[in-house]
Amino acid sequence: MIKAILVFNNSAKPRLIKFFEHYPEEIQQQIVRETYQLVSKRDENVCNFLEGGTLIGGNDYRLIYRHYATLYFIFCVDSSESELGILDLIQVFVETLDKCFENVCELDLIFHVDKVHYILQEMCLGGMVLETNMNEIVARFDEQSKLEKQEAGITAGPTKAMTALKEMNLPQKIKDMKLSDLNLNIRF
Amino acid sequence: MSTTMDQVVKKAKDSFGPMFDKSLHDLVRGIRNHKDNEAKYINEAIDEIKQELKQDNMAIKANAVNKLTYLQMLGYDISWSSFNIIEVMSSNKFTFKRIGYLAASQSFHEGTDVVMLTTNMIRKDLNSSSMYEAGIAMSGLSCFINADLARDLANDIMSLMTSTKPYIRKRAVLLLYKVFLNNPDALKPAFPRLREKLEDPDPGVQAAAVNVICELARRNPKNYLALAPIFFRLMTTSANNWVLIKIIKLFGALTPLEPRLGRKLIEPLTNLIHSTSAMSLLYECINTVIAVLVSISSGLPNHNASIQLCVQKLRILIEDSDQNLKYLGLLAMSKILQTHPKSVQAHHDLIMQCLDDKDESIRLRALDLLSGMVSKKNLMEVARKLMVHMNKAEGTHYRDELLSKIIDICSQNDYQHITNFEWYVSILVELTRLEGTKHGSLISLQLLDVAVRVESIREFACHQMAVLLENAHVFIVGSNSSNIAEVLYAAAWICGEFSSYLKDPQKTLESMLNTKITLFPGHIQSVYYQNILKIITYIIITLNNNETIIKELISMSIDKMSVFLSSGDVEAQERASVILNILKSVLKLLEKHEFNVNELSGLFDGVLNPVAAKAQRKVAIPNGLDLDAWINDPPSESDEESEIKPRHFDNTHNQSLFSGDNTENYYHGSNLDSYSGDQSDSNRTKNYVEPSTEEIEEQREKRKQSEKMNPFYIKDSTKIKSLQKTEVSSTLPNNADRSQVTSSKGTIPANLQLSLADQLYRQAKIDEENRRLKKKSKSDSGSSKKGKKTSKNSELTTVDDNDDDLYPTIKVTRGGELPEGVTESGNEDNENDQPVGKNKKYDPHRALNIDLDEKPLQKMSTPPTEIQEPIAKPVENPPTIMEKQKKPKKKKAIEKEEKSSTSKSKSKRERSDYKELLSPADDEKESVVPSPSNTTAAAPPPPPPTTTTTEAKPKKKKTKEKKSTNNDNSAPLLFDMMSDDINPTSTSNQQYNEQNVYKLAAESDYLTIETSIIPTPSTAQLDVTFLLKNRTSSIIDHIDIHVIDSLSSKLLNTTSANHVSFPSISLFPYSQNYIHIYFAINDISFQQKLKTTLTYSINKSSNEIQTDTIEFKLDLPCSQYLRKKSLDPDAFAELMSSGTLTSQSNISISSSSQDFSSLINTICQTYRLTVVDKINSATSLYSETILGHPIAFLFKSTNSQNGISINGKSTETHFLSNLMEEIKNFIK
Repeated sequence: MIKAILVFNNSAKPRLIKFFEHYPEEIQQQIVRETYQLVSKRDENVCNFLEGGTLIGGNDYRLIYRHYATLYFIFCVDSSESELGILDLIQVFVETLDKCFENVCELDLIFHVDKVHYILQEMCLGGMVLETNMNEIVARFDEQSKLEKQEAGITAGPTKAMTALKEMNLPQKIKDMKLSDLNLNIRF
Repeated sequence: MSTTMDQVVKKAKDSFGPMFDKSLHDLVRGIRNHKDNEAKYINEAIDEIKQELKQDNMAIKANAVNKLTYLQMLGYDISWSSFNIIEVMSSNKFTFKRIGYLAASQSFHEGTDVVMLTTNMIRKDLNSSSMYEAGIAMSGLSCFINADLARDLANDIMSLMTSTKPYIRKRAVLLLYKVFLNNPDALKPAFPRLREKLEDPDPGVQAAAVNVICELARRNPKNYLALAPIFFRLMTTSANNWVLIKIIKLFGALTPLEPRLGRKLIEPLTNLIHSTSAMSLLYECINTVIAVLVSISSGLPNHNASIQLCVQKLRILIEDSDQNLKYLGLLAMSKILQTHPKSVQAHHDLIMQCLDDKDESIRLRALDLLSGMVSKKNLMEVARKLMVHMNKAEGTHYRDELLSKIIDICSQNDYQHITNFEWYVSILVELTRLEGTKHGSLISLQLLDVAVRVESIREFACHQMAVLLENAHVFIVGSNSSNIAEVLYAAAWICGEFSSYLKDPQKTLESMLNTKITLFPGHIQSVYYQNILKIITYIIITLNNNETIIKELISMSIDKMSVFLSSGDVEAQERASVILNILKSVLKLLEKHEFNVNELSGLFDGVLNPVAAKAQRKVAIPNGLDLDAWINDPPSESDEESEIKPRHFDNTHNQSLFSGDNTENYYHGSNLDSYSGDQSDSNRTKNYVEPSTEEIEEQREKRKQSEKMNPFYIKDSTKIKSLQKTEVSSTLPNNADRSQVTSSKGTIPANLQLSLADQLYRQAKIDEENRRLKKKSKSDSGSSKKGKKTSKNSELTTVDDNDDDLYPTIKVTRGGELPEGVTESGNEDNENDQPVGKNKKYDPHRALNIDLDEKPLQKMSTPPTEIQEPIAKPVENPPTIMEKQKKPKKKKAIEKEEKSSTSKSKSKRERSDYKELLSPADDEKESVVPSPSNTTAAAPPPPPPTTTTTEAKPKKKKTKEKKSTNNDNSAPLLFDMMSDDINPTSTSNQQYNEQNVYKLAAESDYLTIETSIIPTPSTAQLDVTFLLKNRTSSIIDHIDIHVIDSLSSKLLNTTSANHVSFPSISLFPYSQNYIHIYFAINDISFQQKLKTTLTYSINKSSNEIQTDTIEFKLDLPCSQYLRKKSLDPDAFAELMSSGTLTSQSNISISSSSQDFSSLINTICQTYRLTVVDKINSATSLYSETILGHPIAFLFKSTNSQNGISINGKSTETHFLSNLMEEIKNFIK
């Protein structure tokens, strides 16, 4: 079973939090911080498994993580999962993100965390692995996006106008683009 | 910049009203722009969101909820918006619904009360016509399902499992697990359907089912043993690594419960290990093989080979540059270590290398391994290497870990591996120098333990401890960061208790009195005072009534002890005062010349023995003592960890006091000279912070150099002495030597000294070498230092390795004292501490510990098969769920035995599959009846229950019958099959009650082909299984089957016309595998013989590939077109009277050897008929063809010579007559 999936960046800012077991928000944040402490002090080129922290974990739980550019992807799993299997799963997850967002970078996760959740929902359900085939995941996700678009087509008139108007705030946009994490394309 | 943005938004908002709410995108951007006052910005945003939620427009609400989901991630509690989230969930637009469900899955939990409102809405969504709506509903539900939802929606989820869309099916299957967790009652009725999903045509659904069952089985493995055959088949057929890993992991959990399963597993797992390229799969295979080997205690023939294979593969993993593999390799290695330490020890070098790894996790793993690998031979070496590592290790955590590991390694099994305790004590002393360690008390306990248990070491220990005491002041420094001062506790006690061994008790006493003891923790002070008195007593004894000196001594002590009265610790102060007063009264007595030493020494009389850990609780409770009654205050928990402590609590408290006028440093060198002065100490300690290896090596070199140069260095002579010693008898160097070693060192300048431990290490090596040389010529005369004191308890000598006689035997008092008449028993005290999930008060898996073998009664949507085919001896259904429920549990064991005793008969039904309903009748049938052995009796999934009142009677009878068969015949079980070594892929297909009989179809020099035919459960198809057995020592692959279609049958899943290829299947030498081909059948009238060609390649060892073909006729008799179908008697009667069954056929047979009921039984099995009704000598049977034609039979027993008349009715004339013919042949 997967207990939690965390994605945060190099400075412990959460980008995705998915707990398959209930924790109050406060504890969730503590877990993120604690996990960050554990993971961030590890060098590159060390093994990707470690014992869970005090908040999330226990004997049976391990943290399995991968570090891509600015982001840490961490799965907290129990012993019924294969360590190497989960590593592969993380890879599948990230590659799927890459496909869905076309060259995913941290900004995509920042602004579209909902979509990331939807992608994740195609992969895992209730802490169990649902689908590992990337093409299948992408296809399903795209179909649902299409569904959304169809619905939006009917009613999105005013909303579109609205976004268009907001887009006019160009200087702001440029500023956002300059944020340091722009060049952080995920490496493969 | 940010303000402009705000202004723009605000302006826009004002002018456009609610239309201009922030989108999630805006919110994120806004937060990023307000880095300095994020909280304020977000609070404003939340206020806005609250406004938005009040709007009627669903789009606005959904947008607001979407933003809330984001804020939840940042740690904001959004539970106040639960109701709004539900509103959004209930939107009929997919977009909004999805937002709603996402928010719910992130923020709802069991405790969210509004969830109760959602039941109907979720039900609607689950059953939505849109697959994606159902999908998001299930994803959401999996996160916030609670007991109520689980109960109310269980049926809906169950029915989703039969959806036509795999997308929904697999989600439903996974969701079912959550349902079970929240509503354990659902497990039993749902389980049969869940198990069906293991055979779902969609691999994704299959994987999901495997996943769920593995989760269930992991917690309560014994309930799922019966599924082993299904999983076994999946394992040998599935190509999905995810599924394989799950299954293999599951087997790892099952094997401890059923060793025979393990034996069956070894071969296919070994094959997988050889063949797979997926590291994850390889690793799990190794793990499970290890688990199997652990569970099989008695050896397999190729037991060793398997271990070797595992260890070799693991070595490859550990040597891999990928740290992950290295880590896992070490992890798995430690599992092997527990049972096969020898195999791992061979890789000692590798493990040692890993200690140098830059990755701390890997180092810790390697450390774990080390402790299992030490032996007498390498203990010193290993410990020394660890010491070196410790000195250069970074990070106190790792260093502490190393320290405790060193102690662990040395002390395991009551010092089993230690041959030289002097060495060990000096290691311990050396460890006290470790900066900032948290293990002071651990070292202290070790010192105490060794001193108490090993009598011969006491003198040496005393000398070392005296040195520590003389340098006690260094421990005051830095006592904040570490608790290394704890060693003084041991030092003081050892010196006091064994004061007779002190070289210079006077000096030790003075150093104890001069230390600023009050700076230490209270318990150390107490020990100090107590032992000061002990030493004084000893000195007085040695002084032989020289009263003037005694007086001098005591008054000096009184002087100094009075300082200690001001101790801040209550107990320490009390002790100080007691001892002070004792000394004062001694002084008084002395003045009156009435003093008798014995009065003082009487305080410390008695022999000290280690007390066993459980001794306290073994003390019998005296009559009339009520332990539960309060005496005074509630008792505090007593701490039993120290075996020695009790002693000085037993004794009276005594002491004296001194004043510190003695500032002289008494220390005259030994290995501890680093402590001899404050100055050098501070330098030194710095040195120990992080000396690199080079530095250490350098120092060592220097030391060695100076040793050679220094004329006063006596080490060599000591060595010579000890060598001489060993020539006399192979014992430890005696006291004289030892003291020489230490005393001689007094003259050596500090920095020139070789660490005592190292010195002892070398010496030990030389000793060992010597002994080795002497070994042949001389028998070991044992230890010269045999303890004079014998404890009542077990005093084992260290006997272990073959090389034992190389090592001196040192008496170690093992175990400990127990009250009389009590023996040390198992871990009865642990029995209560069952591991309970720490984080959870309530473990849902306990509730899921449901015996699935129990009969699933009315609750089940499918009727118990027993009702439909009572004669079919349900006992025989091998591993079905149904099966066990009928048997008392104890039986299992008996049956197992029976099985093994009947193992010979097994070879007869060698082709049987797990699917087979193994029954004694089967045995007979198969051996007796040769001809239509292709016969496979299979029962398709039983239709809805048709239990009626008329059945009540026969049912009772049947149960009786069952029982009798149970007793009379050794009903073979599933594991029967397991031990049947020809059958790795067998399957039990319980719910269909199918029975596979493999019949030899063809064979060549290289390959044997056996076939088994069963109809597929739903469509008009036949599933033909080929069991291929490789008879060569080469790998056979590229299997290709060609079957020419006939008018009525067509080969399915072809890769090209009439061809089916199996590129993924390869047969390892002498192994076997199963391949399935399917035929679509459009006419059933006649038996068919299909010309079949099987082509395959043999990969000869010489790299050449030989292709070979086997041609044979595949026989599809009419009886194989029948599918098990039951009918209740009313419907049957209706059918018979309706006149639809136009074809009729009658035969009577006279020469039946069996009695009627067992004959019916056999017929049912073989032809997949079910009994409709049974009256004494007549039985009506029913079945359907795979095309849906009904077939009805009436079997009558005519009394004359066991005669039987059979009356068959059907709609298909040809089919009926052919079938009748078959039955006739069969019975004859």
